[in-house]
Amino acid sequence: TLMIVFLISSLVLYIISLMLTTELTHTSTMDAQEVETVWTILPAVILILIALPSLRILYMMDEITTPTLTLKTMGHQWYWSYEYTDYESLCFDSYMTPPLELDPGELRLLEVDNRVVLPTEMSIRMLISSEDVLHSWTVPSLGVKTDAIPGRLNQATLMTSRPGIYYGQCSEICGA
Amino acid sequence: GAESQKPPPGKWWTPPFDPRFPNQNQTRNCYQNFLDYHRCQKTMKRRGKSAQPCEYYFRVYHSLCPISWVQRWNDQIKEGTFAGKI
Repeated sequence: TLMIVFLISSLVLYIISLMLTTELTHTSTMDAQEVETVWTILPAVILILIALPSLRILYMMDEITTPTLTLKTMGHQWYWSYEYTDYESLCFDSYMTPPLELDPGELRLLEVDNRVVLPTEMSIRMLISSEDVLHSWTVPSLGVKTDAIPGRLNQATLMTSRPGIYYGQCSEICGA
Repeated sequence: GAESQKPPPGKWWTPPFDPRFPNQNQTRNCYQNFLDYHRCQKTMKRRGKSAQPCEYYFRVYHSLCPISWVQRWNDQIKEGTFAGKI
């Protein structure tokens, strides 16, 4: 990386020295309306073409959809517990599989003993809280990260478009 | 107060969007429905009517509230130390 820094700075210094030590001067350029107009309008158009989809996505993030399932998760030191209580009460704890107990092919620090099972292509309401200290529940491949705060119930919406296994790691310092 | 352990049968999905609580913080949504269920039960019982309409509040808070919170609140109600007005 230092090589790149030296490369770029020497290039810049060389160009500056070139600019300062030339015999050529062109003193009669007073206007260049055409090129100036083009290189003002064209970038503006390009920026608008970038901004419109970007705003659309931003507003899509806040869309209100009625979920089909609610899943609660409570953070503990150091495991998650899950509660499915829309119908009856299904609760279980989910501990990370210690590295020594992994089967070949399983991912270190990601596998758990009891996985959360969810239906695909359905909007799911996640309610995230904690039973002791701050935690944070995240599944990066599904675009979800929400803090787990004791005494507070945070809502996030989840939807998987394809079946698969999705992993996440607690994202808030929660050790003693 | 008395609370059914199993939700009543029938078509139920999950609590719908509640415009009173549109944001990320759903704590009040859970707590309010818990209060509303108990208040509804108390009022219906006082008037001698069936507490069937109160089941909606039960289902909402049962879906939304963490089980440990509900247990703690129910214990407090039994002991008479529950802070909410029912």
